[in-house]
Amino acid sequence: MSTATEAPAPAAARPATTRAAAGAVLVLLALVPLLVSSNVADMLTRVLAFALLAIGLDLLAGVAGLPSLGQAAPFGVGAYAAALLGKHVTTVGPVQLVAAAAAGAALAAAVGWLLVRSRGTYFLMLTLAVGEIVHELADRWEGVTGGTNGLAGVPAITLYPGGPPVRLAGVLYWYVLAAVLVCAGLLWMVSRSAFGQTLRGIRDNEERMRSLGYRTFPPKYAVFCIAGAAAGAAGSLWVAQSRFVSPADLGFEVSAMALLAVVIGGRGSLWGAALGAAVVVLVREELSPQLGGRGPLVLGLVFVAAVYLLPRGFAGLRIHRPRGGA
Amino acid sequence: MPAWLSDNLITIVDGVAFGVLLFTIAVGLSLVFGIMDVLNLAHGALYLVGAYVAVRFAGDGQAGIGAFLLAGLAAVAVGAAAGAGLAVLTRPLARRGHLDQALLTLGVALIIGDLLSARFGNDVQSVPPPAFLAGSVSLVGHDYPSYRLAVIVAGLALAVLVWLLVERSRAGALVRATVADAPMVRALGVDTGRLVVAVFAFGVVLACLGGVLGAPILGAYPGLDERVLILGLVVVVIGGLGSVSGAFLGALVIGQVEVLVVSLLPQYASFLVFGAMAVVLLLRPTGMLGRAGKPG
Repeated sequence: MSTATEAPAPAAARPATTRAAAGAVLVLLALVPLLVSSNVADMLTRVLAFALLAIGLDLLAGVAGLPSLGQAAPFGVGAYAAALLGKHVTTVGPVQLVAAAAAGAALAAAVGWLLVRSRGTYFLMLTLAVGEIVHELADRWEGVTGGTNGLAGVPAITLYPGGPPVRLAGVLYWYVLAAVLVCAGLLWMVSRSAFGQTLRGIRDNEERMRSLGYRTFPPKYAVFCIAGAAAGAAGSLWVAQSRFVSPADLGFEVSAMALLAVVIGGRGSLWGAALGAAVVVLVREELSPQLGGRGPLVLGLVFVAAVYLLPRGFAGLRIHRPRGGA
Repeated sequence: MPAWLSDNLITIVDGVAFGVLLFTIAVGLSLVFGIMDVLNLAHGALYLVGAYVAVRFAGDGQAGIGAFLLAGLAAVAVGAAAGAGLAVLTRPLARRGHLDQALLTLGVALIIGDLLSARFGNDVQSVPPPAFLAGSVSLVGHDYPSYRLAVIVAGLALAVLVWLLVERSRAGALVRATVADAPMVRALGVDTGRLVVAVFAFGVVLACLGGVLGAPILGAYPGLDERVLILGLVVVVIGGLGSVSGAFLGALVIGQVEVLVVSLLPQYASFLVFGAMAVVLLLRPTGMLGRAGKPG
């Protein structure tokens, strides 16, 4: 897996066209609410929230080499935290966002202490088990989570204390877009930092990193918590749009979809994961109903096709390879 | 204490029955992982295939032992074909690492799960036990369903069989040698590729047989595949990868946790399954009977 991923070139070596393309994409993303109907804006809001989940997972799986199949757990914990805050404490969106990120990080910190000691398939297996257990917990702990019915009627968020509730799909989209850009920017900085390079070193050859004098546990534990925080934040943004949360939101399918987004996007590039998330959500929400609700079938076929046809994901499809890549 | 024991004896025996059932599921997962290094996430879905085979052959309520034997044979055939197919599908990905293989089996699991719910619907389907095991027997003053006792017997026999095959037979020795040093086994003139397909098929056959065996207890419904997969994974982690006796021990432990502890402390059930796993991992990272120095 390590040889299949390729770190993107440092920003300095990036051709001007790439930067121009990134700018154009940002402008287009910002203009979306002015161009499309509110239904489409709502769906793109969900795409953005899911993209944040996928980007966090990419940092964990692609950059640090820790593929988690349980990322729905911190996502769901963040979603429940935001929903509970919204119903009982505060409707201020940014407060919910920070609290949900903290909740996701706290869950990751609690279980990661054990999990990141394992590697590869073992890690995959353990995260899957933890994800399922958290799912079951959400199902059974009815007093807090509402059991299988979930928590409905989450009030609309406000942007600042005492502000008006955000009901317009376009405004909500802008809020989610801004939040995702800030969080994704933070994750991108983590990935480009010396810490990110340490993670790549651990991914490629943990023994060598150890013999170079690095303690490999702290960085792995830290990135697991960071990815948990990102997932929690994504959960809060998801609830801000859907205003409903149920155990299905932290089910196995969400974890699988997030990992699929990372795989078809290309591991380790972060932007690829966002693109992958868009594809996965669009396939699931737009294509599946047209095929008579055969969501899992379509998802499974996409999985099989992605593994065989896109070994490096979209990020591996670029036409011009930057020279002197890291 | 004896009063407690006699109160809970039935639950404990139930736990043993569930544990034995878990063993048939987990040992296949464990062998495929230990030997091929493939985490087969389709294992739960293939268990569910076995369960639906039982529904198909013996779901009408009048089934005799013949229908169950037929279901068992069909499960073996389906399992062998599916296992060989999965081995062929995952082999080209071997060079790309564990994650791609696991993801492929995940995709296959989603496809199988969807096809099953399209074919059999989303309701819980129950399978009555074969007529002569439908009653109950007296067990130290309690009535106990005879089918569950039969499952314990059948599961124990299966465990002994698998253990003999893997640990004591020539084929098993070759398989274990392949785990330790595949190039050396190839140099001895053994076709390890064929061996790998056989192990994969064997593991999946066990999953499908487990499905037939478990159908009168757990039924068959969408979502059971995930539950079975998770419990199987926990058992494998607890017992140690690639170890038959480890899988057996792990299955009995999780069987008790899932049945006895859940009946005593229902609200802590999911914590305790994870807790048992966490304790074992803290004390012995390679599982209770796992081989040291191969932590993943």
